[in-house]
Amino acid sequence: MHEVSLMATAVEVAEMHAREAGGTRIRVMRVRIGAASGVVREALEFAFDAVTVGTMAEGAVFDVQVVPTLCYCSDCSEEFTPASVFRECPTCGSFTADVLQGMEIELASLEVT
Amino acid sequence: MCQTCGCGAVEGYAIDRIPAVSASADDEGAAPGTPTHTHDHDHRHVPVHVSLLDKNDRIAESNRRRFEAKGVVVVSIASSPGAGKTALIERTLHDMAGTFEAGVIVGDLATDNDARRLARTQAPVVQITTGTVCHLDADMIANAIKRFDLDALDLLIVENVGNLVCPAAYDLGEDARVVLMSVTEGEDKPAKYPTMFQRADAVVITKTDMAEAAHFDRDAALAYIRRVAPDAELIELSSLTGEGMESWRHYLDQRLKAR
Ligand SMILES: Nc1nc2c(ncn2[C@@H]2O[C@H](COP(=O)(O)OP(=O)(O)OP(=O)(O)O)[C@@H](O)[C@H]2O)c(=O)[nH]1
Ligand SMILES: [Mg+2]
Ligand SMILES: [Zn+2]
Ligand SMILES: [Zn+2]
Repeated sequence: MHEVSLMATAVEVAEMHAREAGGTRIRVMRVRIGAASGVVREALEFAFDAVTVGTMAEGAVFDVQVVPTLCYCSDCSEEFTPASVFRECPTCGSFTADVLQGMEIELASLEVT
Repeated sequence: MCQTCGCGAVEGYAIDRIPAVSASADDEGAAPGTPTHTHDHDHRHVPVHVSLLDKNDRIAESNRRRFEAKGVVVVSIASSPGAGKTALIERTLHDMAGTFEAGVIVGDLATDNDARRLARTQAPVVQITTGTVCHLDADMIANAIKRFDLDALDLLIVENVGNLVCPAAYDLGEDARVVLMSVTEGEDKPAKYPTMFQRADAVVITKTDMAEAAHFDRDAALAYIRRVAPDAELIELSSLTGEGMESWRHYLDQRLKAR
C-alpha cells in the first residue's frame, strides 16, 4: 500500500503538533491502525525509519496499535471479530459489510520533549 | 514497485500478516510510556487523534458536494492492470452516445494511450499521469475537473490506475466505486485483495467471452465475491462481444435516475 506516503503525512502532522506543544524532539509516536484498513504494520515500521531521518521524530519509539476489526451482523444483531478476510457471522453464518471498527489509520498521540 | 507508496512490498508482507495482527490485537491502549521508552521529566503527552487520510477525505467531500450541485453522477472504476477498464468505458461511451453526456478522467502512471483511445469516442477526456504514484487521490480529481464543463455532463467516469491495493484507501468523491475482475486473472481475486472489493458498490466480471478458454470457474468466483462484498451489485459482461452490457447499462441508468 502507500505506507511511505502515509508515514510522511504522519511525521508532518506530528511535527506540527510537537511544535505547538513547545517541543523540539518527538520521543514517542503512537499510531492506531485498523486490522481491516489495508495498511501493513511491517511496511509502516519500515517506512517510519526511512521517513523520520532528519526530522524531529528521528530515533523516536514508534508504537503501532492494531485495532481489531469489529463487524455487525444485521441478521442477528451480533458484533464479532471476523476470523478471516471473510466477514462471516459466527452465530448465523451470514456475511456482512458493516464494519464498526478496524478501518482506522490514525496518528494517536506523541511524547515530546 | 511504487516509490511513493512502496506498494510492491505489500504482497511480500501479507504472508505473515494474520498472525502478526492477532498477536498485537491486545496491546490495546499502550499507556504513555511504553516499555522501550525511558522516562524524562520534560516529557509532554500530546494527544493528536488525526486520521492520516483526513486531508484526502476532506477534499473528496468537497468534490462530492460539487458533483451534487452540478448534478453529475460520478462512477470510479478500479481493477488490476489490464482487466478491461478502458475497454469497458470505450464500449459504454460508444453504446450510450446520444443518450446522455459523459466525460472521463483516466489515471495512469505514464502515457496518454488510454486517453487517446477514449477521446476517439468524442467524449471529453482528461488524462492524469501520476508518475510513480500508483493511485488517484481526491486532489488530483479536484484539479482534473477544472478542465470539464460540469454543467454539461450527466456522468463522469473515473478510471483509476491499474492496481487493486492503494486505490482502496482513497475516497475520490465519487458516488459509486466499481471494481472489475477479468475471467483470466483467477477466481479468488476478492479474497486476495479484500480491502478493494469490500469497498465496492459493484463488482463487474469482465471478458466473459474468454471464460471457457481460461477455465473460469464462475461459481467459485461468485462465491468469493459474495463472501467479501455481500452487498455489492454483481455484473458479468464482455466489452468485446457486448454480452451483459445491458445489466451494466441498467446499473448506470439507476445511478443517473437517482440524481
Ligand atoms: N477478449 C476480451 N478482451 C478484452 C475485453 N476487454 C478488454 N480486453 C482486452 O484486454 C486488454 C486490456 O484491456 P484494457 O481495457 O486496456 O485494460 P485496462 O484495465 O484499462 O488496463 P490498464 O489501464 O493498463 O490497467 C486489451 O488487450 C483489451 O483488448 C473483453 O471483454 N474481451
Ligand atoms: Mg486503461
Ligand atoms: Zn449473524
Ligand atoms: Zn501503491
